[in-house]
Amino acid sequence: MINKKSPSAAAAVEDVFDGAVVMVGGFGASGSPIELIHALIDQGAKDLTLINNNTGNGEVGLAALIANGQVSKMICSFPRSSQSRVFPKLYREGKIELELVPQGTLAERIRAAGAGIPAFYTPTTVGTVLAEGKELRDFNGRTYVMEPWLEADFALVKCEVADPLGNLTYNKTARNFSPLMCMAATTTIVQTKKLVAAGDIDPEHVITPGIFVNRIVEVTDPVHEDTLIAEGASYP
Amino acid sequence: MSTGWTREQMAARAALDIPDGSYVNLGIGIPELVTQFVPEGREFIYHTENGLLGMGPPPADGERDLDLMNAGKKYVTAVPGAAYFHHADSFSMIRGGHIDVCVLGTMQVAANGDIANWSTGAPDAIPAVGGAMDLVQGVKKIYVITQHTTKNGEPKLVEKCSYPLTGPGVVSRIFTNLAVVDVTPDGFQVVELAPGVTFEEVEKNTGTSILPAE
Repeated sequence: MINKKSPSAAAAVEDVFDGAVVMVGGFGASGSPIELIHALIDQGAKDLTLINNNTGNGEVGLAALIANGQVSKMICSFPRSSQSRVFPKLYREGKIELELVPQGTLAERIRAAGAGIPAFYTPTTVGTVLAEGKELRDFNGRTYVMEPWLEADFALVKCEVADPLGNLTYNKTARNFSPLMCMAATTTIVQTKKLVAAGDIDPEHVITPGIFVNRIVEVTDPVHEDTLIAEGASYP
Repeated sequence: MSTGWTREQMAARAALDIPDGSYVNLGIGIPELVTQFVPEGREFIYHTENGLLGMGPPPADGERDLDLMNAGKKYVTAVPGAAYFHHADSFSMIRGGHIDVCVLGTMQVAANGDIANWSTGAPDAIPAVGGAMDLVQGVKKIYVITQHTTKNGEPKLVEKCSYPLTGPGVVSRIFTNLAVVDVTPDGFQVVELAPGVTFEEVEKNTGTSILPAE
């Protein structure tokens, strides 16, 4: 019987290599796989390209990974938010590269990679500086811009319930980019609040089918970024 | 400007122009106030980019759910009949033309409907675009709620945007503290003046020519 369970977060991220492209699920604080990110900080892989909608908050999770000097490039749609300090500082010092991608284009580029579609056309950014240098093409009298897929070596994702085959369900808006990232990465690593037996998730309710998942770590009581920030926590 | 509509009145005026049963996406700031002024007998369904259709009001104290946020990363609730979905589905709703109305704040709007609301283009600014460019290209009707001028009194309704564009020629109607203004083939045109505001006052505070109400 297939069992994708990993003994620990540390074991699950062990083979993340220097220079890897890593997708991290979550939209702001909701759905951020904090335990997996902290395991990656302990593991120490460097020169990472990180893909997330944001750049983390406070001094935990994504922001802590960036603060630890492990990230050389960020691909995201919204790098600044009220409690985001680490990225803005490094960006202004020229120590981290930024590829700014509109949120919907970011989602679709990730989806396209998972779906085996190398590029697609979108109206988003046409007529703006973000379309400069990109291929344009008209369809039915309207101009569209070509955007390439966005692949990754690893995806770190948080879900609500998983089974040993890798079937996943999520909780509310914590779903966000995670199902897309599971499809787009070579190796998808998931932390789940609850690990149940195969068959315990109604097949009609599966959001991410197990074929897109490689490793599962059970983290029954995950910390939440907003709670950590309210406590003034930092990592490591 | 002491005369004209308050922030709440601007939001209420915009809500009047949203048809019953519309799927609506609201930007951050004054547009968020629209939810408080849904006209009697109408129902709007709110979409938020991070994956919720049927967004409800903020939760009561002590009842927030850490997994239930809106696109502005504020804690919200879900109404009965709400649906959750991933980002690709969420932006399919936007890009695919399924959302009826989007109400946005702005830095500048031009007479041809160009909107600039994502970046000042300043060299030290950290660019952040979020879903703004997807929304302005994909949603059927783009409304803007904004003060008519900046805090320094500079016009926000201009001939040509000096800030980098979010999208070209996308805005259809603007609700300011002074007036409701349409973007027409002939440029800006007043639809309605706020109480106590004259057309001359609107003209003086607009950065390009503007036509009076018909």
